[in-house]
Amino acid sequence: MSFFDYLFLFTGMGIVTYIPRWLPLFFLAQRDLPKWLIDWLSLIPVAILCALLAPILFTDQASRSLELGKPEFLVAIPTLLFAVKTKNLGGTVLVGMGLYWLAGLLGLQ
Amino acid sequence: MSTHPLKQTGSPALHPSWFREGAMASWPICFGYIPIGLALGVLANQAEIPFWAVAMMSILVFAGSAQFICVAMITAGASIWGIIFTTFVVNLRHFLMSSSVAVHLNGLSRSFLSLFAYGITDESFAVNMTHFRKGNWDHKRAITVNQLANTTWVMSTVCGALLGQFIPRGAFGTDYALTAMFLALLLFQLHNIVYVLTGVAALGIGVAWYLIIPGDSYIIGASISAATLGYFFKRFREKQK
Repeated sequence: MSFFDYLFLFTGMGIVTYIPRWLPLFFLAQRDLPKWLIDWLSLIPVAILCALLAPILFTDQASRSLELGKPEFLVAIPTLLFAVKTKNLGGTVLVGMGLYWLAGLLGLQ
Repeated sequence: MSTHPLKQTGSPALHPSWFREGAMASWPICFGYIPIGLALGVLANQAEIPFWAVAMMSILVFAGSAQFICVAMITAGASIWGIIFTTFVVNLRHFLMSSSVAVHLNGLSRSFLSLFAYGITDESFAVNMTHFRKGNWDHKRAITVNQLANTTWVMSTVCGALLGQFIPRGAFGTDYALTAMFLALLLFQLHNIVYVLTGVAALGIGVAWYLIIPGDSYIIGASISAATLGYFFKRFREKQK
């Protein structure tokens, strides 16, 4: 592809990515939202995080099938316990990485 | 840029170390982006996409999963419009995040909001929302998180495209960095039983949706259904009192 093919493709991708990021912020942040909407939106972060994590923890993503007890899930348990104990985001990331690395060395991956 | 404070009740006086605090909050994201960005660069390199095009894509699009899909579709010989449409669908979820973060950026100037919108990703959204909830956060710290994550992303994807094959994949558990970050951020969000039930519902619906329906609609589908269930549970609980 030429320079202008790439420019056209990535500009198009950029525009369709930017609009959903921009529209609500631009129009909602200027007004006071109704209480029901604020209540509903306050549950969105938890819901999105769990939706993102669900296939990582419970499915085989290559074949898109259910897989219980995969290393991602097993490592998640001590990682979560560490997060409960310490409330430390950076530390939790390092502990999770270390345990996942260890799981790989033990042949679990 | 606007200098007036956020319309937050009871937020503590924020001293001007906003850049340092924003940087401190963003490092887990940056740490997670480096291996993923490198991997994307390597794949782009293998698909014979030049490094300057990788830089252009990371700057103009700035959305990890869509960029991976784009490289795969270019490799498979997909049409430009097909790639653009797929990107739109994959990134629609940011609509929810933008709505949710808007509550905390109430009353800021429209030019600031337009700049801020560029940096909304799964990761920056989750980190900023956690801090906003604690109350010790403002728009300057939040956009610092967005833009440092953005800079890291652009640099690591370009490095991956340039250095390509010399970097081993998944060394030291780096593949798990973002998963661990999501787990910790999720835990910090569980303020009461309503949030716990919303999370459990999103996990269950998310798995089922992911298995039944192809594509990435499970993210939006499970989030909206679970938040709605959680909202009605909250209403039900308040009536019981």
